[in-house]
Amino acid sequence: MKHQEYDVIVIGGGHAGTEAALVSARMGSKTLLITHNIDTVGQMSCNPAIGGIGKSHLVKEIDALGGAMAIATDYAGIQFRVLNARKGPAVRATRAQVDRSLYKAAIRRMVEEQPNLSLFQQAVDDLIVEGDNVTGVFTQMGLAIKAKKIVLTAGTFLGGKIHIGQTNYSGGRAGDPPAIRLAERLRELPLRVERLKTGTPARIDAKSVDFTCMEPQWGDTPTPNMSYLGSNEQHPEQICCYITHTNERTHEIIRSGLDRSPLFSGAIEGVGPRYCPSIEDKIVRFSDKNSHQIFVEPEGLNSKELYPNGISTSLPYDVQLDLIHSISGFENAHVTRAGYAIEYDFFDPRDLEPTLALKCLNNLYFAGQINGTTGYEEAGAQGLLAGINASLAAQEKEAWYPKRNEAYMGVMVDDLVCMGTKEPYRMFTSRAEYRLMLRQDNADERLTQIGRKLGIVNDQRWAAYCKKQALLAAEEKRLKDTWVHPSKPEATELEDLIGKPLRKESTLYDLLRRPEVDYSVVRRVFGGCPLDDGITDQILYKAKYEGYITRQNDEVKKMQGYEAIRIPTDFDYSSVKGLSNELLQKLQEVYPGTLGQASRIPGMTPAAISILMIYLKKMNQTTANSI
Amino acid sequence: MTTNNTVQAQQPDGFVKNETIIAIATPSGRGGVGVIRISGKDALSLALKMTPKGLGRNLTPRTARLTKIFSTDGALIDHALVLYFPGPNSFTGEDVIEFHCHGGAVLLDFVIDTALVHGAVLAKPGEFSERAFHNNKIDLVQAEAIADLIDSQTRQAVKSAAQSLQGRFSERVTELDELLVRIRVYVEACIDFTDEEIEFLTDSQLVKKFEVFEALLDNTLNQAAQGQVLRDGIRMALVGAPNVGKSSLLNALVGDEVAIVTSIAGTTRDVLKEVIHINGVPLHISDTAGVRHSDDLVEQQGIKRTIAEVEKVDVILCVVDAKEADDIEIKLRDNHKNYLDEKVSHLVDEDNLVVVVNKIDSIAALPKKTMVGKIPVVWVSATQALGLDLLTQHIVKERHDAGEGAFSARKRHLHALESLRTTLITAKEQLYEAGAVELFAEDLKQCQNLLGTITGAVSADDLLGKIFSSFCIGK
Repeated sequence: MKHQEYDVIVIGGGHAGTEAALVSARMGSKTLLITHNIDTVGQMSCNPAIGGIGKSHLVKEIDALGGAMAIATDYAGIQFRVLNARKGPAVRATRAQVDRSLYKAAIRRMVEEQPNLSLFQQAVDDLIVEGDNVTGVFTQMGLAIKAKKIVLTAGTFLGGKIHIGQTNYSGGRAGDPPAIRLAERLRELPLRVERLKTGTPARIDAKSVDFTCMEPQWGDTPTPNMSYLGSNEQHPEQICCYITHTNERTHEIIRSGLDRSPLFSGAIEGVGPRYCPSIEDKIVRFSDKNSHQIFVEPEGLNSKELYPNGISTSLPYDVQLDLIHSISGFENAHVTRAGYAIEYDFFDPRDLEPTLALKCLNNLYFAGQINGTTGYEEAGAQGLLAGINASLAAQEKEAWYPKRNEAYMGVMVDDLVCMGTKEPYRMFTSRAEYRLMLRQDNADERLTQIGRKLGIVNDQRWAAYCKKQALLAAEEKRLKDTWVHPSKPEATELEDLIGKPLRKESTLYDLLRRPEVDYSVVRRVFGGCPLDDGITDQILYKAKYEGYITRQNDEVKKMQGYEAIRIPTDFDYSSVKGLSNELLQKLQEVYPGTLGQASRIPGMTPAAISILMIYLKKMNQTTANSI
Repeated sequence: MTTNNTVQAQQPDGFVKNETIIAIATPSGRGGVGVIRISGKDALSLALKMTPKGLGRNLTPRTARLTKIFSTDGALIDHALVLYFPGPNSFTGEDVIEFHCHGGAVLLDFVIDTALVHGAVLAKPGEFSERAFHNNKIDLVQAEAIADLIDSQTRQAVKSAAQSLQGRFSERVTELDELLVRIRVYVEACIDFTDEEIEFLTDSQLVKKFEVFEALLDNTLNQAAQGQVLRDGIRMALVGAPNVGKSSLLNALVGDEVAIVTSIAGTTRDVLKEVIHINGVPLHISDTAGVRHSDDLVEQQGIKRTIAEVEKVDVILCVVDAKEADDIEIKLRDNHKNYLDEKVSHLVDEDNLVVVVNKIDSIAALPKKTMVGKIPVVWVSATQALGLDLLTQHIVKERHDAGEGAFSARKRHLHALESLRTTLITAKEQLYEAGAVELFAEDLKQCQNLLGTITGAVSADDLLGKIFSSFCIGK
């Protein structure tokens, strides 16, 4: 049986897969999204929330590039909060509790409505490989589907193994089959494969829970939106979450069940995330802590299931039940689904280009958890990037990827391809050395123009972006053109407000840079400014961070110099004298694409980079002369 | 299709170094003239900031001119010759300024400090040659030689720095580094894990840590400023089997009877130190107790000190008796540690070893210098004062050729600590006055980068690892 040919095939309908398929189709490539079950497209397998510190930065970047995640969150978010509200704009983040079914429906709608995109339900068993080229996929029923480019987003399904206590079985996620055949075939490729582990808590029936002894946690007012184009009107009904705690008795129960824990018995080989440990891991590693927080999160408006965030576990079911019943408010709780740990294959991301294309095979891109990351947001961002590049390549256009100074996405892919990962990789703001530049509020400023050029930002977003930029420019100009002299009455008024005198003639913009001045001060003393907070805040942040950003820009310039120096894929590091064995080994593990990437390999020294640069120049000149 | 990958269009050749670099181009010590070289696009403007008005008009390329050098507060530092080599017709291919000052470490130091304030940065090991190479001033066939130079000078600088900073200083820097990491662990955890009930601002322990950090930094800098922790020159140690004439060699070099020279093995029970000046470079020579197994407590003490001494030096002179030097080339080629006691042999590598064959008068040989692989072998007679100049010239020349030595390394370290103090003041303002945690964190990161130039970098991943082991993270 013959199937029509596509530009891009995306395997997997999770957060990476849907973003990849959507963006590829938006760019005009004929795209097929192939999944083992169409009904689970856009499924949130773990906690019912999108965003968080570092993570919402990624979501806002996906949004600035016209992606789906932020939009779907606005249609499905049942509680929105601003995190780090008192800690300064660069580290401020947005987090939304999300109704799973609404989220899935929103994603499904976008996928179905997207021109150039087709959906097909079949498990993929193999790739069609001709020489060094991947040219299509074989499905479970023996169908061969050809495409110019393939994006694989297999999540935790490759060789997935679920553990509950001492029992374990193959599975891709509770209720879904794993992709065993595909995993076996991929293991035959010259790629480095490792195992990772992640886990999820038991789910609880809300009817059986006593909320009166828990601390309620409401969303923020005013309610933030996730998408720049989002509005509060899109939000469904907003609900409350609750906080409860484990206690000494809970910990005793857990300790008594440790002998049957797959995590400690050695049954689980995969490495789990240190920042998201199971409850048994927390009890063992932080034995002096006598209580741990649990965030009780509703799974949705029409669901009675609760997600007790903080007690992910793979302990035996009877221990799970006992430990839950020992927690305040859960004394009579009915467990609807058991918690479990899942182990799965991931591929060492150092085998990838920063475009997420494989180095060793043509036409194949990897995105999401198979690259060793965790989280919907990390997956979505990679999906978007892989989709963009698969589509660009299918159209024979030049590749694009963001740099570390342009986006958290850039930080993530660069970390992955330069350093690989030993545990599921999650985004944190501390990973971004240009954190002050990479804010939620300026994601559009950093990326929307590029997105427009790539053809993935629609007219509506583009118009909104241009309008905002015009307002920003005009307001900044006004602030910089308005001078205040210390002799003027305004200066006296200002002094009364901020308790410090104005010593020399300054512009309003200069004033904003002072720690004790914000927009409300400027408004009170100098009057009118009808702009909304989104605009004024952004100008304020820019003014406050200016000195720091200037310094970071100098660092960026330096980095770009190294980034511009490409290292040929067949470069022979062993011919370079003066590299220590340790560095040589690291370079041979990564095979960095640029000198910039090489410089970020842990342990790399400035001297080694200087030496590499000299050899590269010699090689380049010699090659140029011999042609 | 256009993308924003503008950098892809550039080639290595187009790579421009933005910084204007500075270093002393003459050997350290009390020479007659000290040359300071500045290279980069701001070389000229920098020089003009340090000299009287109007110099720019009177400066003819490649022609020496007498000028004055002023400090930032206008005080006269030195009368010096200035030479201007506009790029690309210069050693590096960039604009180059040379100041020929009245040599003297303190004075040159002051000139460099002034240039640093005006925006120059200290050159990295081999950086002048590296720039010359990238600007096609050095032939491509020299590529490996330049790479070697960078490698060897970097190693030398690292070693010099380690050795020029006495144990106490490096302990303090390590302590500073650890304290800073602990503070940053708190700050970054409170930023990235807001749900985890980590509130460092209210943590009095953290405030205390911060105060301890500050006090330690001030203290370290004060001591450094008083010269208590720094040394200059080349340090070398005499090692070798007992009775091969180490003390005689020391005496001969110093020209004074400082060590007790007798023929009883094990006479020297302490570490003797002397300083001689060769071409203005101070050579600190330590004679060491003959390293051997001994039951004598005093002698054991001496052996311990020997080992401690050898750890600190730049050059190890391994003294061998000429009577045992028949097959020295074979033995050295076989294993360059053949003449060394196992207690010190781990401290010696091919880069810092000089073999001295002593008592050549007893076998009627002439003084000479030969090379066995990378190891120089100098044939001398201490008692007859034969070949001593071969030895001292070799040491001074090698050390000079090997790079900028301890001076730059130390300078770089002190400069890093001074910048650290400045950054710390901003950090405090951000925390206590503006309440801007993220900017406080940024300043602390900058502090860490500065310390990292001395101790090695702390990556984001290192920090996260420490956060995960310090706090129970994860809902």
